Amino acid sequence: MRLAPVFLGSLARRRVATLFSFAAIVLGVALGMAVQAVHEAALAEFGRGLRALAGEADLQVVGPRGGFDENLYAMLAARREVLAASPVIDFEAKLAGRQETLQLLGVDVFALAGVTPALLPRPAPGADRFATLADDALFLSAAAQTAFGVRPGDRLRLQAGSRLLELRVAGDLPGAADNRRLALMDIAAVQKHFARFGRLSRVDLRLAEGVVPEVARADLQARLPAGVLIEAPAAAENEAANLSRAYRVNLTMLAAMALLTGGFLVFSAQALSVVRRRTEFAFLRAIGLARRRLFAWLLAEGALVGLAGGVAGVALGHGLAWAMLAVLGGDLGAGYFSGLKPQLQFQPAVTAIYVALGVLAGVAGAWLPAREAATVSPAQALKAGDEAALLGGHGHPRPGVALLLASLAACRIPPLDGLPLGGYLAVSCLLGGSVMLLPALAAGVARLLPQRGPVPARLAAARLSAAPGHAVAAAAGVLTSVALAAAMAIMVASFRDSVDQWLNQILPADLYLRASSGPSGGYLDAALQARIAAVPGVGRVSFTRHDSLRLAAGQPPVALIARPVSPDGRELPLVGATHTGAAGPAIWISEAMQDIYGWQPGLQVELPLAGHPVRVHVAGVWRDYSRQTGAVMIDLDGYRRLTGDRLANDAAIELAAGAVPGQVAAALTATGDPGALQIAYPGEIRAISLRIFDRTFAVTYLLEAVAVGIGLAGVAASFAALAAARRREFGMLRHLGLTRRQIGWMLAQEGALAAGVGVCGGLLAGAAIGLVLIEVVNRQSFHWSMDVHIPWGSLALFAAGLIVLAALAAVLAGRQAMRQDAVLAVREDW
Amino acid sequence: MIDRRAFLLTLAGLSALRVDACRAAPAAETAKAVEFAAVRPGHTLVFPFDHGAHPDFRTEWWYATGWLRLPDGSPLGFQSTFFRVRSGVGEDNPSAFAPRQLILAHAAIADPRLGRLRHDQRMTRSGFGRAGFATGHTAVWIDGWRFEQDDERYLAEVRGHDFAYALSLVAEGPPLLNGVAGFSTKAADARHASYYYSRPQLAVSGTVTLDGRLQTVTGTAWLDHEWSSELLPAGAQGWDWIGLNLDDGGALMAFRLRRQDGEALWSAATLRPAAGGAQALAPADIAFAALRRWRSSRTGITYPVEWRVRIGARDIHLRALFDDQELDSRRSTGAVYWEGAVRAEENGQEIGRGYLEMTGYGDKISIG
Repeated sequence: MRLAPVFLGSLARRRVATLFSFAAIVLGVALGMAVQAVHEAALAEFGRGLRALAGEADLQVVGPRGGFDENLYAMLAARREVLAASPVIDFEAKLAGRQETLQLLGVDVFALAGVTPALLPRPAPGADRFATLADDALFLSAAAQTAFGVRPGDRLRLQAGSRLLELRVAGDLPGAADNRRLALMDIAAVQKHFARFGRLSRVDLRLAEGVVPEVARADLQARLPAGVLIEAPAAAENEAANLSRAYRVNLTMLAAMALLTGGFLVFSAQALSVVRRRTEFAFLRAIGLARRRLFAWLLAEGALVGLAGGVAGVALGHGLAWAMLAVLGGDLGAGYFSGLKPQLQFQPAVTAIYVALGVLAGVAGAWLPAREAATVSPAQALKAGDEAALLGGHGHPRPGVALLLASLAACRIPPLDGLPLGGYLAVSCLLGGSVMLLPALAAGVARLLPQRGPVPARLAAARLSAAPGHAVAAAAGVLTSVALAAAMAIMVASFRDSVDQWLNQILPADLYLRASSGPSGGYLDAALQARIAAVPGVGRVSFTRHDSLRLAAGQPPVALIARPVSPDGRELPLVGATHTGAAGPAIWISEAMQDIYGWQPGLQVELPLAGHPVRVHVAGVWRDYSRQTGAVMIDLDGYRRLTGDRLANDAAIELAAGAVPGQVAAALTATGDPGALQIAYPGEIRAISLRIFDRTFAVTYLLEAVAVGIGLAGVAASFAALAAARRREFGMLRHLGLTRRQIGWMLAQEGALAAGVGVCGGLLAGAAIGLVLIEVVNRQSFHWSMDVHIPWGSLALFAAGLIVLAALAAVLAGRQAMRQDAVLAVREDW
Repeated sequence: MIDRRAFLLTLAGLSALRVDACRAAPAAETAKAVEFAAVRPGHTLVFPFDHGAHPDFRTEWWYATGWLRLPDGSPLGFQSTFFRVRSGVGEDNPSAFAPRQLILAHAAIADPRLGRLRHDQRMTRSGFGRAGFATGHTAVWIDGWRFEQDDERYLAEVRGHDFAYALSLVAEGPPLLNGVAGFSTKAADARHASYYYSRPQLAVSGTVTLDGRLQTVTGTAWLDHEWSSELLPAGAQGWDWIGLNLDDGGALMAFRLRRQDGEALWSAATLRPAAGGAQALAPADIAFAALRRWRSSRTGITYPVEWRVRIGARDIHLRALFDDQELDSRRSTGAVYWEGAVRAEENGQEIGRGYLEMTGYGDKISIG
């Protein structure tokens, strides 16, 4: 007997339900695939770039952003275990008058040849013999030439300090990674133009033959001053991967949620379909189909939907990834890999995994209904009716409660390898537990419903209490998607609210002036600082110096912020208790420092400043949303005393009474070269920051909307299936005197009730998941806390809207069933 | 590695050759502003001061070549060249990396049993003690390679990838001043000139390491020290140079600048008989004639490897120790030239040994 048409063909007979299950799986797989593909592409590109930069270096000596003493190069190069040493100054240089930056390397071409020959510059034809040494010669990678529209022979203006520097594009970098905006100059020229005399950012080392890198590393590390670390070139790649991994995992997690929703939709579609086909199965069993084969065929139905969804999903995922790369860039707008143009790579193994995940969702969704169908004895099932015995009558309250409790325990699990796996486990437990408790919830709601009122309402309520299984099947998908959406909404709202408050706190001044944004070549020297302070209308100026520190090998650099800080730190967005008044310089650490390095207020720690370990004490913790790898703040005067570094990167300016901001701003910009100094108003910075924030979460908003749409579609699909099965019932009700309109009302209320149960459960679960996302997932991934802010209004609106839409969906789904003549509908079955 | 070569080719002007080192090349824009010291007639060289570096001049080299004898009696040639180049770049840059002075070195061993040269080179900017030069006495070093003077003894120490040597070169007698008291013209126009002296008949002792085997050697060497700020005259295609230690204790230096057509543009020679009393010869008294040519299968370049050189009344026949003494460093510094050990014969009798350098035979290694 050919069974494929019987089982797999049934999918085609309930097209709408199948289509929605399929769509949800496609969505989950596609999103997961897209996030994965984009991130892989970005990381591969990033890694390729780093490897090209590292060349044949066995080890790299790295230090703070401000660099380290260049004499370390001579010391290292003279070591017996070192075959070749290449000194490098590496920073982001900003184009004059433009927002773009490029990575500028100051190198010694002679040393470069021995360690990173791929980066050797190629002078344009006809160049003089010292082209690579000339102090106005810049060599640009192809990507940089394209990005800035220049060719060898053209000129490019970069910002150096508060001045503009006109350089000659003297040639290209034929061996540089294709997609990197890279510029190369002679190291002496960079030291001169960018005020980096005596400083290096990096020394790349090639070890002599037979020297074990680990041994050499330990030996050499012992000879390096505080804050200068020696590490394998791969470390930087891992740092970048770790940095963006949390973000990627969060997105993948959302994709998993969509996939889960898909699984639930398969579940509800199958559950209802199985009930409708009870007689059919009983007949098949009676003529000899084994229980196991029935089970397998029913699983195959789910698997087929899953497979189709998986295949379509990976195709769509690649398309999405391509579009995302084109529009948002390799970090999906999060800013981790700026300046990269990654290429999408097809990865067969990963793609296969995502297809398999789609199949898994389909099989998992089909599992319970298939088991129920297979266990029913044919004799019992052949008796007509009995759809009410839909599975999960009153659910599994006990394991449900157990799962909810388990989620509490999971929240206590510390991050594994920097990933908040405990948080994700808690989220899964919460979802699973609330789905299991859904029937109990439905029963509870049914009990609360009034037993009076118009006939359609009473019928709907009676149906919910008598056959909660129907409602549960429809509501499970709603619960999942609402929980996801509510959790994200709560998390994002809390985050945005906290960021907003934080921005207000850290931007107290009237005007901000900076030499350039980010870790680039701009700075304000002492003379310029004096000129800025002397501008009429300027009341009080506080300068800020940005540097970075290397505290541990394999960890990304920690930001060092030197600015005026009052002894009690009252102007900082402090978190928790402070510990001031101890001897020695005070530092204020961001929450990430607590999580990554275990520093606490009151602790004495060593900070490598200007090559010397300095004992400082941790006075307090402040909230920092801009640097997830940690930041340390120190009072500017103290910093200058300790390091002798008198440069600054930006200035916060309070206007004198009566000063006109626009005039003062114009006078301030005039203290530097045109276009070199940028003025920002706190309002602007806030608006830009929030815009970046919103863009970062744009992907998640989109995901939420789609997930909710699919959940809603699930309601429609299950009601459509149910309505078809209930033709007899509708006919009967018509015979009893109900109008079509009344039956429509009844269906609407049934839909609203089912959705309402799902929405209630979803909101409860969503609130709990939201808390987990805030307190566990975000804290462990990004090391920052936030104040919980529940968007009551929009959640209520969202819930109400969803219930109305569900009611509408139920009516629409039932309309076709009601269209038939009542007499026929009743007769047809007899 | 094509790219690497392309880069280095542009630096090749700095690289190996006497010719190339001062070949006509448009100086860097920044270099135009730099005032190089001028070579003037009538200037008296003062020793030991002039053994040291003259960093105000554009280019300077210490060029030691010679014949060595292994313990088994078999011959080796060696070359040890250190260049100092004032680039004219970064003169006003206080950075310790400022590329004001570049140091280059070429070293080679000519081993007839191998049939070709072993050679290696170094190139970097001076600074950080890693590469540099001294004034007042000869001392120039780069990455562990060095050429240093201690009174009348020179020390040449080189460690290449497939050879190494540490040689002591002892001078006897005063430096041999070429040209007019060390003022050596390179063209009819006396503007093209250098300060140039030689130290012939250096007694060599030391060690040579070949294939990981350290052997003691003895021999005789020749040192040239030359500095100048002038570029080569226009029309000079290449250069043939010999420095011969004559068996009777005499010494002969001769060179000629060639035009594109192979004819001499300018020639000069210094002959010091064993008895002393060096004599500078006029261009008309010097003639180079190629007798036999050899074609390099590596580069396709053809070099004369047997010469007849007429110096006044003397007629000297030069034979290469072996043909393939081409120094092909196109993969690194980009220079290709022939620099090798030669025997000198007169009337069928060997009268001395020395080194022959021939540049500009390959067409397009030219620079700038």
